[in-house]
Amino acid sequence: MKRTHLQTLSLRDRRRKLVNIFMQVLLFLAAVLAIFPLLNVFLYVFKQGAPSLNASFFTHLPAAVGEAGGGMANALLGSLTLIFLASAVGVPIGIATGVYLSEYNYGKLPRFLRFTTDLMTSVPSIIVGMFVYAVVVIPMHGFSAYAGGIALAIIMAPFVARTTEEMLKLVPDHIREAGLALGISRWKVIVRIVLKGSLGGVLTGVMLAVARVSGETAPLLFTAFNNKYWARGLNQPTASLPVQIYTYAISPYEDWHHQAWAGALMLVVLVFVLNVFVRLIFVRKGTSV
Amino acid sequence: MSISPNLVLDARAVNAWFGTMHAVRDVSLEVPVQNVVALIGPSGCGKSTFIRCLNRLHEEVPTARVGGHVFLEGEDIYDTDVDPVVVRRKIGMVFQKANPFPAMSIYENVASGQRLAGITKRALLDETVEKCLRQAVLWDEVKDKLKSPGTSLSGGQQQRLCIARALAVNPPVLLMDEPTSALDPISTAKIEELVMNLKKDVTIVIVTHNMQQAARISDRTAFFLLGERVEYGVTTQIFTNPHDSRTEQYITGRFG
Repeated sequence: MKRTHLQTLSLRDRRRKLVNIFMQVLLFLAAVLAIFPLLNVFLYVFKQGAPSLNASFFTHLPAAVGEAGGGMANALLGSLTLIFLASAVGVPIGIATGVYLSEYNYGKLPRFLRFTTDLMTSVPSIIVGMFVYAVVVIPMHGFSAYAGGIALAIIMAPFVARTTEEMLKLVPDHIREAGLALGISRWKVIVRIVLKGSLGGVLTGVMLAVARVSGETAPLLFTAFNNKYWARGLNQPTASLPVQIYTYAISPYEDWHHQAWAGALMLVVLVFVLNVFVRLIFVRKGTSV
Repeated sequence: MSISPNLVLDARAVNAWFGTMHAVRDVSLEVPVQNVVALIGPSGCGKSTFIRCLNRLHEEVPTARVGGHVFLEGEDIYDTDVDPVVVRRKIGMVFQKANPFPAMSIYENVASGQRLAGITKRALLDETVEKCLRQAVLWDEVKDKLKSPGTSLSGGQQQRLCIARALAVNPPVLLMDEPTSALDPISTAKIEELVMNLKKDVTIVIVTHNMQQAARISDRTAFFLLGERVEYGVTTQIFTNPHDSRTEQYITGRFG
């Protein structure tokens, strides 16, 4: 059958189609390339860590060198403690700063603060650790969970502030005006309408911050330090998963290497479980996240 | 100063600025109780800015300034020590774009004004929600899904939800800033009808670009041009026998 005019492709049209297909394939490959290492990391950690994960891993203290078995119970609890302390300090400060940056954005002060938070998010975490060592550990005469928590909070707060600000800015101004026009005071409009409406996004930012500090090792090395035993209080040196993994991984013992892998898997699972848990608590059915 | 007893709102020589831009110039407007007053005029003539001065919303915009007096039932809302929050509970507002609160159900949207003012009694809230949704002619459409998100409704329904929400704090005056300009003709007709039924309870000031709408629903009409109120009078007079030639040119479609 003879082709009509509309069905006939010129050279130009053919080239356009080829370029289109080529670009599509290229973008797909780029996406695969980005995801592939990540999936590999998960699979590898799982493969290496799963065999060493057993009940005693969660219930026992680290075993002495040469002794078989042992676990990371203290590091697991230590990590949870540090994350809790860091969140208790960092999240409220971060959210409050984010609200200020977004809702009281007039004049030079917010611009200056925003610049400062941006700088702080890019400060290498080891420097935060050194700073906390100087202002908390030395005056308190010792490593402690407090110091570790503060170091992690300093890393969290600017991160939470910026994500909160971005999320609140997504709420259109006419929503705020609707609240004000109803005779609702400004802070109630912010808390009960604007923040409530972007809770999902704000929580995502908080969880990203939690995930980030959960894996931080450097700032803990000279703040919370490490502990082979249970910490007897928040003012004691405290073990944490990342530091424990680091310690075990650089050791020459095969047994400890296995433990380090198990710890790594534990860390991934911990972040995942925390994430799901927080969403279940805070996000009601039907609210988009 | 004598105030006619049937004036619910009385704006005197109101001026408004955005930075150095003088958007509203010496505008006065007397709004009698149980009336619908329409503000018409070409885009950028200051009518929206003017009604935002009537509930002290204009001043929320950074760099904005207001001068003049607005008497609500005899009291100046711009007097020192008057809290704008209190003013806004008495002068409700509906906006051009329907803006139900996100993450709130239909019920919560209507109840929000009372709830955030501290009223928590369920029976009282239930009663208000039903009454206001009926006034906004939305009750029959939503009574079985009060817990659905307010944003799940259609555009016209959302706008009626916003009207119900504004009515829930029981304001004597309702300001409407082009409430139907984003709606289809059927939704527009519904809102026009409810406005006419509402005026026995609430005095309404409505900004509109639609001159037929102004002619259909309002008792009085004010024509704005370049930030000034050119002419104000009974609607039939404005549309049939305008005194100012600029008003005549505008309503006959010669500019704007």
